[in-house]
Amino acid sequence: MLSKPTIRIFMLIAKEVTREYRSGDQQIAVLRDVSFSIPQGSFVAIVGPSGSGKTTLLGLLAGLDTPTRGQVILDGSDLTKMSENERARLRGEKVGFVFQSFQLIPTLTARENIQVPLELQGADGAAARADDLLERIGLKARGHHFPMQLSGGEQQRVAIARAFANNPRILFADEPTGNLDAATGARVFELLESLNRESGSTIVLVTHDAMLAQRASRTIRLADGAVVGDTEATA
Amino acid sequence: MTSLPPASAYNGRASFRQLAGLTWRESRSARRRLLLYMSAISLGVAALVAIDSFADNVTRSVREQSRALLGGDISFSSNRPYTAEQNAFLDTLAIKNGATYAHVVTFPSMALVPRSGGTRLVQVRAVSANYPFYGEITTEPAGRWSMLKTAPVALVDPSLLVSLNAHVGDSITLGLGRFVIAATLKDVPGSAGVAEIIGPRVFIPERYLPETQLLVFGSTADYGVLAKLPNKANPDKIIGPERPKLEKMQLRARTVTQSEENTTEAIKQLSQFIGIVGLVALLLGGVGVASGVRAFVARKIDTVAILRCLGASSGQVLAMYVAQAAAMGLIGSIAGAALGVAVQFGLPSVFKDFLPVDVTVTLEPAAILTGIAIGGWIALIFSLRPLLALRNVSPLQTLRRDADSEVLRMRWNDIPRVAVNVALALSVVAIALLRASTVRQGLSISGATFAVIGVLTLSAVLLSWLSRKALREHWPYVIRQGVANLYRPANQTQSVILSLGFGAFLITTLVLVQSNLLKQFNIKVDKSNANLVFFDIQEDQFLPVDSMVRSSGKVLQTAPIVTMRIASINDRSVEQIIGDARARITADSLARAQRGEKPLTGEERRDAQRNAPNGPGGRQQQAGRPGWALRRDYRSTYRDKLTSSEKIVQGKWFSAAAQHGDTGEVSFEKDVADELHIKLGDVITWDVQGVQIASRVTSLREVTWARFEPNFFAVFSPRSLRDAPKQFVLLADVRGTPKVAALQRDIVKRFPNVSSVDLSLVQQTVEKILRKVSTAIRFMALFSLAMGIPVLFSAVAATRRDRIREGVLLKTLGATRGQIMKILLAEYALLGILGSLTGMVLAIGGGWAITHYVFDNDFSPALGSAVAIAGAMLGLTVAIGLLAGRDVFRETPMSALREG
Ligand SMILES: Nc1ncnc2c1ncn2[C@@H]1O[C@H](COP(=O)(O)OP(=O)(O)OP(=O)(O)O)[C@@H](O)[C@H]1O
Ligand SMILES: [Mg+2]
Repeated sequence: MLSKPTIRIFMLIAKEVTREYRSGDQQIAVLRDVSFSIPQGSFVAIVGPSGSGKTTLLGLLAGLDTPTRGQVILDGSDLTKMSENERARLRGEKVGFVFQSFQLIPTLTARENIQVPLELQGADGAAARADDLLERIGLKARGHHFPMQLSGGEQQRVAIARAFANNPRILFADEPTGNLDAATGARVFELLESLNRESGSTIVLVTHDAMLAQRASRTIRLADGAVVGDTEATA
Repeated sequence: MTSLPPASAYNGRASFRQLAGLTWRESRSARRRLLLYMSAISLGVAALVAIDSFADNVTRSVREQSRALLGGDISFSSNRPYTAEQNAFLDTLAIKNGATYAHVVTFPSMALVPRSGGTRLVQVRAVSANYPFYGEITTEPAGRWSMLKTAPVALVDPSLLVSLNAHVGDSITLGLGRFVIAATLKDVPGSAGVAEIIGPRVFIPERYLPETQLLVFGSTADYGVLAKLPNKANPDKIIGPERPKLEKMQLRARTVTQSEENTTEAIKQLSQFIGIVGLVALLLGGVGVASGVRAFVARKIDTVAILRCLGASSGQVLAMYVAQAAAMGLIGSIAGAALGVAVQFGLPSVFKDFLPVDVTVTLEPAAILTGIAIGGWIALIFSLRPLLALRNVSPLQTLRRDADSEVLRMRWNDIPRVAVNVALALSVVAIALLRASTVRQGLSISGATFAVIGVLTLSAVLLSWLSRKALREHWPYVIRQGVANLYRPANQTQSVILSLGFGAFLITTLVLVQSNLLKQFNIKVDKSNANLVFFDIQEDQFLPVDSMVRSSGKVLQTAPIVTMRIASINDRSVEQIIGDARARITADSLARAQRGEKPLTGEERRDAQRNAPNGPGGRQQQAGRPGWALRRDYRSTYRDKLTSSEKIVQGKWFSAAAQHGDTGEVSFEKDVADELHIKLGDVITWDVQGVQIASRVTSLREVTWARFEPNFFAVFSPRSLRDAPKQFVLLADVRGTPKVAALQRDIVKRFPNVSSVDLSLVQQTVEKILRKVSTAIRFMALFSLAMGIPVLFSAVAATRRDRIREGVLLKTLGATRGQIMKILLAEYALLGILGSLTGMVLAIGGGWAITHYVFDNDFSPALGSAVAIAGAMLGLTVAIGLLAGRDVFRETPMSALREG
C-alpha cells in the first residue's frame, strides 16, 4: 500500500526504540519508546540535559548498537534485522561520523585518515578525493601531518572531511563542537552546514549549544530517555 | 563548620604508609594483568629451581649411598687374575692400614636352566662371604643373601626367571657348575641401568667359581677387590701416594670420593646444560616482562598525569609502579618456583633408568631461594626499563593528550635510563657467570645473548625501513594498511621481532643441539642381518661351533681375537713414553703457572680426553689417567678385507705384495691413533702373551662403532698374527625364535664357556633406553616451546590496545570483519616470518657453536625441525595477532562514541 513509498521519503525512522542496561539485577531503561522520522536532506539537532540519552540514541540510529526493543530503519534498511557485518557495510556506504573527541587514527596522517572509508570500499581515486577534501577544509598543507600535530579544531575538520569522504547519505555527529572554543566551534558548524547543502545529505547532530541548535531545521528534545519536544524551525 | 588541619600537617610529602596504601589501591585494576606479564619469567624460574633442586637431590643421595654403591672404601680392579706383585701390594696395605678385603669377580656367561631348557647370557658375580662391606642386598624371599656364605646357590635378577621360564628352587648351570636358585634380588645398591644390556645379574659364592671352569685363558672378566678401612681412615690419603705404583702394575683403584665424583659428574653436566637453558628462558622471560610492562605503562599515562596534577612527584609515581612491578615479579617467581618444585618431584621417574642411585626427593631451600631471587631480580630490572618512562609523564597530558609513544619517549642519554641499561647488561653477565662452568663459557653465553638481541633489533629496523620503501599504492588497501602498521608511529615491530626471534632462536637451538646429540645414539641395528653373536670361542671349538651354527642358519662373519698390549712405539718403551708425557705435563703446568693461568681442572683434562671411544672390550676411562691407551689390553683381529663399517682415511689397506721382513702390517682406528700420537709408518711392538710382535702402521681407519658388529682398534694383516693364541667371535643369522633358543641351548650344553647373545633382545633393551632418552629430550623441547607463548603474548599485548581501538574505529567507518582480519594478518604474518626466520638462522649458528665447542661434535642442522619450529612460531604469532582481532568484534562500535 502506502508504506513502501513512505519509507522511501524518510531517511531515518525510529519506531518505539527502547534501550535498557542491566545493572546488577535491575534493568534501567535509558531510552523509552523513542519514535520519530527524519526526511531526507534535513538537518536535525538532538538536545537535552546530560545523561538524557543523546549519545545512546545516536549510537542506535547509526547502528553502532542495537535497541532492546523497537526498530531503526535507515534509508529503507531495518538495522535491527542486520548482522554486525552488514551494518558495517551499510555504514561504509551511506553513513558518516563526527565525534566529540575527533577519533582520528593516531598512526595515520590527516590525508590517510580521510582516505580510510574510501579505501575500505575499494573506491578508486581515494587520494584525489582526499586532496579535494583537504583543500575544502583549508588544510591542504597539513595532509602529511599526524593527528597529534594538529590542533583540536584542525583535527575536527579532518574528521569532518573523513565523514564526507564517501558522500554519505546521512551524517551523525555527537557534540562535534564540544571540545572546541566558540569561534572554532562555529567554523566547524559552518563547514558541516555547507557540506550538507552541497551534498544534500541528511545530518543528525547532538549538541549542548543552544545557539547552534537553533540553526538546525528541526530540534528533537530528550529528557530522561524520552522525547519531550520536536520542533521545526520556522524560517 | 569543619576545620582544616593546621598548615604544618601538610609537610608536602606523603608518608610511606600513605604512598603504600595508594599504591595498593591503584594497583587494583591492573594487578591481574601485571601478574600475567610477570608470568613470563615463571617458566625460567621453574626450570632453574627444578633442575638445581634435582641435582642437589641426586648429589645428596649419591653422597649418602656412595659407600653402598662401591661396597667398600676402596675398590681395586683388574681384568686379569692378580699377580704375585699385586697380591703383595694388597697384603702390605692390609698390614699398614688395617684393611680387610672382599672379592667380587664379574664376567659374562651363559646360564642354562636344565628343567626348562632356557638359556640366556648373564653377568655372573662371584662374591666372597663378606661381600659387600656397605649397603644391604635384599632378596625375595627375604633374608636369603646369607645363603651365599655356605651353599652352592645363585641369587638372580627377577627378569632372568622370566626369560628362562624358571622359578626359585630350580637349578641353573653356569659352565660346568650347578647352582640352586635360592631367591631373586630385590634391591641391590646401584641401578642395573645400562649394564642390563649385557644381561641379568647372577650372584654366586666365590668358593664355587672354580667348579664352573669358565675363567679360562682370554675370558673377559673383571677381578674386583673391595677394601674396608678402619673408621676414620681416609682412603684418598692412603691411595694417593700409591698411584704411580698401582699404575705401573696395572691395578685400578677407586675410592668412595672418586666414585662419588664419577657418578655425580654426569648429572652435574646435565644440570649445567639445563641450567643454561633455564637462564636463557629467564632472559627471554625478561624480554617478555619488558614488553608487557611497556603496555602496562601506556595504560597508566592518564592515571599518572592525573596523579601529577594532584601533586605527586615523579619520584613518588615511579616508586609506586616499581613497587607494583616488584611485588608482581616476586609473585611470578614464587609461582615459578612452586612449579619447579612440582617438576622436581616428577623428574626421578623420568631419569630413573639413567641414575645410579635411588633419589630421595627433598625440598632444597637454597635452590628455591636462588631461583626466586634471580627471577625477581630479572623481573625488576627488565620492568624498570619501561617504567622509567613514567617519570616523564607531564601533568599537562590531562589537558592535551599526546600519543603514547610521544609521552613515553626518553632521550638516549637520560642518566637513569643509561644506568638501568648498564645494570641490566651487568645482571645478564653476572647471572651467566654464576651458571656457567667457566668464565669463558659465561662470557660467551652473555656475549651471544647480546649479539642475538643486536641482530634481531637490526632486522626489526630493517623490516620497518623495507616496508616503508616497498609499500606500493596499487596494493589492496588492507595489505597496505597492514604493512604500514610496521613502520607507523608506535609500531610493535621491534618488540615482537625481539621476543619472537629470541624465542625461535632459543627453541630451535635447543632442538638442533638435542637432535645432534640424539643422532649419536642412533644405532643402525637394521643394517646388519646378524641376530645372534657367539663369543669366547676357543681355537679348538671354532670348527664344531661353526658347523653347528651352519646347520640352523647362516654364518655372516667370523673374527679371530688376539689379546695384546703395546710394548713399545718406534723403539721407545711404554714406560719411557709415559715418563716423557709426565715431564711434558709438568713443564706445561709450570709454564701455565708462570703465565698466571689456572692449572687444568680434572674436568678440563677429561674434556681433552673425551674423544677416546670405547671399542669392544673398551672400558670407561678413569679421570686424568695418563697412558691409559698405552697400557690397556687390546683385543685385536687379523683379516685381509675391510668390513662394511670401516673406511680407510689415511694410507693403504694391506697389500699382498708388500713385505717388510719381520715387520707385519697393522691398521689403526683413527681416534686411538690420534690419542697415541701414532702416524703412518710408525712401528709398534706388541706384547702378545709374552711374545713380542712388531708391526708397521700402514693405514688409519674410521669405524662406525654404533653397530652390532665386532670392530677393532687394531687390525693386523693375517700373516703377522696367524700363529698367536686366540679366540673367535661369530656372527650368525638364524631365523625363528625357537631355532635361536635351541641353537643357544645346544651350544651351551656342548661348550659351556661359549657365550651367545640374542641381538634382538639387546636391540629391544637399547630401544627401550633410547625411547626414554628421547622422551626426556622431547620433554625439554616442549618445555621450551611452552616458554615462548607467554612471552609472545606480552609482546603483542603491548600494542594490542591500540590495535583494538583502531579496529573498532575502522569498524565504525564501515570496515567488515574480513577486512580487519586481513589487515591484522598482513601485519602479523610479516612480523612472524621475519622474526622466526631470523631466529632460525641465528639458531643454526648457535646450534653449531654449542655442538662444536661444548659437546665437541660435528654439527649437521636438522633443517626439517628448524623449519617446523619457525612455522609453529609464525602460526603462533598470527594466531595471537588474530585474537586481538577477535576482541575488536567483541567491543561494539559504541565505544568509539563513549571514549573521550
Ligand atoms: N553501558 C552502560 N551501562 C549502563 N548505563 C549506561 C551505559 N551507557 C550509558 N548508560 C547510562 O545511560 C544514560 C544516558 O547516557 P548517554 O551517554 O546517552 O547520555 P548523554 O545524553 O549523551 O549525556 P551527555 O550529554 O553527558 O553526553 C546515562 O545515565 C548513562 O549512565
Ligand atoms: Mg553524550
